[in-house]
Amino acid sequence: MNGLVGSGALMVSLPFLLLGMVIVPFGVRRQRPEWVALGYGAVYANFLLVSAATAAMLVALVTHDFSVSYVAQVGSRATPLFYTIISLWGALEGSILFWAWVLALYSVLVVSTNRARPGALVPYSAMVLLAISSFFAILLVGPANPFHSVFPVLADGPGPNPLLQNHILMGVHPPLLYLGYVGMSVPFAFAIGALLSREAESNDWIRLTRNWTVLTWGFLSAAIIAGMWWSYDVLGWGGYWAWDPVENASFLPWLTATAFLHSAMVQERRSMLRLWNINLVVGTFVLTILGTFLTRSGIISSVHAFTTGTIGYYFLAFIAVVLVATLVLVAGTSDKLRTTGHLDSAASRETVFLLNNLFLTAFMFTVLVGTLYPLVAEAVRGVKVSVGAPFFNRMSLPMIVALLFLMGVGPALPWKSATRAELRAKLLPPIVGAVVLTAVALLMGIHSLFGVLAFAFVGYSATANVREFWIGTRARRAAHGEMWVVAFVRLVLGNRRRHGGYIAHLGVFFVALGITASSSLRTESEGTLKPGESLTVSGRTVRLKQVWGREEQQRSVIGATMEVLSAGRVVGTMEPRMNFYPLSQQPVPTPDVRSGPRGDLYLNLMAVRPDGSSATVKAIFEPLVPWIWLGGGIIIAGALIGAWPAPTRRRESVAAVAPLPLPQESAA
Amino acid sequence: MNWKRSAIAAACAAPVIALFVVGMRIDPKDIPSPLPGTVAPSFALQVFAPGQAPLGRPIGDTVRLAEMRGQVVVLNFWASWCLSCRDEHAVLSEVARRYSGMPVRFVGSLYQDRTAAGTEWIAELGGQSYPSVEDPRARTAIDYGLYGVPETFIIAADGRIARKITGPAEAAVVVRIVDSLLAVASVAKAATQ
Repeated sequence: MNGLVGSGALMVSLPFLLLGMVIVPFGVRRQRPEWVALGYGAVYANFLLVSAATAAMLVALVTHDFSVSYVAQVGSRATPLFYTIISLWGALEGSILFWAWVLALYSVLVVSTNRARPGALVPYSAMVLLAISSFFAILLVGPANPFHSVFPVLADGPGPNPLLQNHILMGVHPPLLYLGYVGMSVPFAFAIGALLSREAESNDWIRLTRNWTVLTWGFLSAAIIAGMWWSYDVLGWGGYWAWDPVENASFLPWLTATAFLHSAMVQERRSMLRLWNINLVVGTFVLTILGTFLTRSGIISSVHAFTTGTIGYYFLAFIAVVLVATLVLVAGTSDKLRTTGHLDSAASRETVFLLNNLFLTAFMFTVLVGTLYPLVAEAVRGVKVSVGAPFFNRMSLPMIVALLFLMGVGPALPWKSATRAELRAKLLPPIVGAVVLTAVALLMGIHSLFGVLAFAFVGYSATANVREFWIGTRARRAAHGEMWVVAFVRLVLGNRRRHGGYIAHLGVFFVALGITASSSLRTESEGTLKPGESLTVSGRTVRLKQVWGREEQQRSVIGATMEVLSAGRVVGTMEPRMNFYPLSQQPVPTPDVRSGPRGDLYLNLMAVRPDGSSATVKAIFEPLVPWIWLGGGIIIAGALIGAWPAPTRRRESVAAVAPLPLPQESAA
Repeated sequence: MNWKRSAIAAACAAPVIALFVVGMRIDPKDIPSPLPGTVAPSFALQVFAPGQAPLGRPIGDTVRLAEMRGQVVVLNFWASWCLSCRDEHAVLSEVARRYSGMPVRFVGSLYQDRTAAGTEWIAELGGQSYPSVEDPRARTAIDYGLYGVPETFIIAADGRIARKITGPAEAAVVVRIVDSLLAVASVAKAATQ
């Protein structure tokens, strides 16, 4: 029954999508608003149908309907409800369904909030979104159909991948990633819509696109940080980033989207970088599809790779179509996207944004080359190579440090040009911050050049950003006689985009400090302990109290109770565990982390004697790691403030009555 | 539209797409092994699962690679905790039966597992036509540079490793390799006579 509803809904949605995709451009060309409206109807219909299919899948999962192939693949009666629900995105077919649903949701939001906008941009954007949705609908009725009926119906299933049912963040990281990743389809649709409707010359589409990008960028940032946190809390190696191809795949569009958020402002203010911005938006989307292709085709060996099938070829075809179509369109219309503004002075905010874009795109290409190089080497020379963390670290550190510095210089500089006095007043005071954090870094024991530079530039830039808040608040307070808090809140709300951006900067600083400190100062020790014996790492002592085992609903657990000692007294206990899932070859480590402002004490249980007489424990002290997660929270707060629509502007757009595309010069 | 520029841009996409097309034909998990072509490491392991007549060997019997010189040996590493071993189990049993009476020996080697679990697993899957041996402390698996299970080594009559199959073995692949090795062996035999 669930299978029938799901399959049926998906099957019905495909013709709607294809019809909508075709009828919208005809409606625009022939000036038939009702055809465009029909296309919008397809967007709504698709959302309802995909929602029905997703709901059917959730019902099937929760009621253990093993006649549905996806449930037979990932379901199990013993799995707790929460993990049963989130197994919706735990394997290939379900994740494609979830993807299609998020895309359908975004499409509805785009159409419903912008359909009143005059011009052909929104109809063409809807066409692009319908086209992308069609691709996913084809996958869902074809090679990735999760609703195949299974006969005979099994009594129970194997359950989700053990790594995916071991931590609550599995309920957070994937949906955020989809919201960010799929969300990049919207700026792409706007960019293509702007090119097709010949609005790319105006700066208006940029404003629209930038707000969307801020939001999806926030989701993507949070998703990457949540993924790091999950890896740290589950995998037991005490790390959070390994430059794995699929981690890189999520990072690549983040880099170009970050570049766009900054360069978009240059276009809005100075009418420069039009073609560049189109390229960044289009490139970001292509990189999301590339990332999906890498994860789902099995083309690159990665811990994240899904099981593979023919689906890789579908993605390959999709990438080819997207790449060729957008290149043809962008290159063919690039004449029209000439810059009208120009750079007035080297000492200006736009110069900093240009440098920021330079470093971010260079960073993106570095990561892209490192990720794809093994593929190139094997295709061209037939040799197996792997590109590891040393390459990425060595190449990226100088760029990261430079970007950290620019994050302080940009906000301090005015647009167009700055006088010598302005430069001195703005750029000199933050040096105090740089000096302070350099001293902190040296006292902490960081001696590597880039480690110290990272601290110094974070000190500089954080001071510069905080100073912007300080100067603004003080000015408001003086002008309106407001209290400090009121003045601060009104300052932020008065220009949400700018101050949301500065807040996101502060989050990045926390992340940078956490990563720098933990990668330079991490210490670890490992020992096989009998009860009563202890292990010391970086001045912190843990003592094994006992080894225990217990059976849980869906797994067996072996754990070690460890006492944390301070000056000979027990100040707390920690319980690193190993979880054994049926049908799994290896235990899933479940490290225990004790966080403090100075860092984490991280315990991982490596092995135990079967009789419980000893346990092998790895203890790691990870300085400042909690700051990374804190920084992630601040980044998303900044993004939400930045993306929140200002109330007045919203009302204006609703008031603009021009429900359908204005007559356009036909290109034919 | 400037079509000339469009065409140039589209052409730039070609190498990227070509790279992915080539990439799709490459298996990233297919890690080259230095073993094929070299003399197979010798082993002498005890049978714990006897297999079925006519291919079977009694429990406790020692299977020595040295004694099988002149025959093609298919050495399959497996474990009861390994899911993909289930997939290939019936295939290998069936292929082994097809070669009964010919100079081909199939041997299963249990990897990182209890023999009781191995015996139970074989019973659950309806028996195994050829014998399986135990490999204490995985010594033989280490000699063969095992990457994971299942992994299958096909050893030619002259004692050299002809081919290594990573992951579940497919009937067609095994048959093709074994047949060609048999052909080579019979030609070599004819030449020496």
